Amino acid sequence: MADPVVELRGVVKEYGDVIRTRVLHGLDLRVEAGEFTALIGPSGSGKSTLLNLIGLLDRPTEGKLFIAGQEIGLLDDDGLTACRGRSIGFVFQFHHLLPEFSAIENVMIPMMALHGRQDPSMRECAGTLLGQVGLGRFLDQRATLLSGGQQQRVAIARALAMAPRLVLADEPTGNLDTASADEIFTLLRTFNEKAGVTFLIVTHDPRLAARCDRIVELVDGRIVADRPNQARRT
Amino acid sequence: MPFELFVALRFLREGKAQTALILGGTTIGVAVIIFLSALIGGLQATLIDQTLSAQAHVILKRPDRVARVVTPADGAAVVARLEKTPEREKSIEQWQALLGEIRATPGVVAATPTAAGSAFASRGELSRSVALRGLDRQSFDQVIKLVPRITVGAFRVDGTEAVIGTVLAHDLGVEVGDKLRITTPQGRGDVFTVSGIFDVGNKDVNQRWVLVSLRQAQTLLDLAGGITTIEVKVDEVFAAEGVAQELGALTGLTAESWMKLNQQLLTGLQAQSSSSVMIQVFVVIAVALGIASVLGVSVIQKSREIGILKATGTSTGTVLRIFLIEGAIVGVAGSLLGGLIGAGLSTFFAHAVKNPYGESLFPIDLTPRLFLTASAVALVTGLLSAWYPARHAARLDPAQVIRGG
Ligand SMILES: Nc1ncnc2c1ncn2[C@@H]1O[C@H](COP(=O)(O)OP(=O)(O)O)[C@@H](O)[C@H]1O
Ligand SMILES: [Mg+2]
Repeated sequence: MADPVVELRGVVKEYGDVIRTRVLHGLDLRVEAGEFTALIGPSGSGKSTLLNLIGLLDRPTEGKLFIAGQEIGLLDDDGLTACRGRSIGFVFQFHHLLPEFSAIENVMIPMMALHGRQDPSMRECAGTLLGQVGLGRFLDQRATLLSGGQQQRVAIARALAMAPRLVLADEPTGNLDTASADEIFTLLRTFNEKAGVTFLIVTHDPRLAARCDRIVELVDGRIVADRPNQARRT
Repeated sequence: MPFELFVALRFLREGKAQTALILGGTTIGVAVIIFLSALIGGLQATLIDQTLSAQAHVILKRPDRVARVVTPADGAAVVARLEKTPEREKSIEQWQALLGEIRATPGVVAATPTAAGSAFASRGELSRSVALRGLDRQSFDQVIKLVPRITVGAFRVDGTEAVIGTVLAHDLGVEVGDKLRITTPQGRGDVFTVSGIFDVGNKDVNQRWVLVSLRQAQTLLDLAGGITTIEVKVDEVFAAEGVAQELGALTGLTAESWMKLNQQLLTGLQAQSSSSVMIQVFVVIAVALGIASVLGVSVIQKSREIGILKATGTSTGTVLRIFLIEGAIVGVAGSLLGGLIGAGLSTFFAHAVKNPYGESLFPIDLTPRLFLTASAVALVTGLLSAWYPARHAARLDPAQVIRGG
């Protein structure tokens, strides 16, 4: 069997130097290629912490983390950045676009960062992605002049720019209205089904969680439930 | 275009007010450096020029005779008496051969023989003590540029023609074409016709110099074909002291450079240069602090963007370079703008402030080297002052930043 996209073995995360608070208590988790998983749990339960660890923005205090079979504890910071750039896409709650750049430039950022320069093929690729998220008419629009839903679409296109195996989304619809949230969710699902991208999505919205294949529930830094979602509504 | 440059340029373009602020600071800094250097350089060049307008770079003369101790016959008291050396004994013999050797010495541009001594110039009842200088017109011109300083008449010392300074002319009430009697302590004398009057901007010279032909001076001073000094022009004015020492060793004569004779002036110039450098150093420090603090603020304001860049695959080194490039761009652009403004300001001053001869009082010294130095300083300042903010940016933890929302 192929390596899981994500594998955690006894992952512990503690914060603080003097007073150490343990936020994640030895998590074990496997995410297989092509899965569309919801990560739910009350506020403060450690969902973002977990996502940041998997997204290589942070390192576990203890335990091992594998991304596509590669043990990331063995990589230095630049190795992490490179691995993140190539295999992982991020969608954040606050979309986090760069206000100085246009929609298409925002999508090109990960490509340019990896190759260290601009080239025309990047523009083409970014344009195609923006077309796929329905923003073909807004390529050169300043990112900050787009609506919330549009900005989140740009963020999705950016997350997919490097054709990653894994996309991590932290409350991607957190501050969108219901209709926009539904659209965004549908878009993610499309990329999952058409391109086989693995998704791990943090959400507060039970309606959206119900549309995922698998639901992992975190409470106080422990996984209290991990079940396939038979009653999936799409 | 490299990714770092692309992002740096965009950050600078979008951070309009901040960019204007640091660019303005750097521009003013560079302009001040250029203006100050050009001004001081020009001022010093003028001062040295003026000093050397009637003075050779190196003057060679026969060593002073050792003081003779004259012991009275009875031996009761020992009285040391310094005897004034007669002109005859000051004379340099074999000077034609020496002149050849001196001219062949590296660093020497020209050398001219002079027969000089004190004399009296009189006209009617009026009489003045003067310095009689017999010179060889052709080689003298190569050593001291007197022609442009002639205010009336011409620089001609043929036969019994003499050239005198403006002050002497005024004191004796003579004009070009008038006659003048020169007598020497040697008991000789002759009548000369004033052919030209000079003004070298030095009162003592204007008052005392009487220039005649070498032959006339030799006769009047009883030198019998000898000369008293050899005056030398060197190719690099500040190398004069070195050349003087070399010539001294070569000829056995006493060699004095203009630098030795004008030590006070040189000390003054040095003090001026040091204070100018000090001012420039403080300007650079002020500019550096300005760039560092504005870039520092912009890094803090851009924390979120930096976090996003890092979360989307931009390495720590790349983030560092983005901000260093911002500093470098500000440095380069500032030195271009500042160079223009500094040059413009200097040129304006040079044209606006002139002396009575219509010569600029600030013949500013705008050398390419000055611009290169200023640009290099600005570039290095930009890079160094961007270093701290850039490192701060590079060390930002994307997880923290993104969590902040
Ligand atoms: N950098 C940090 N330092 C200290 N505590 C932190 C830090 N980041 C998160 N925490 C704590 O970890 C816990 C989990 O936070 P988080 O992962 O953001 O939860 P969630 O995303 O599920 O709301 C919270 O109690 C939070 O205060
Ligand atoms: Mg969270």
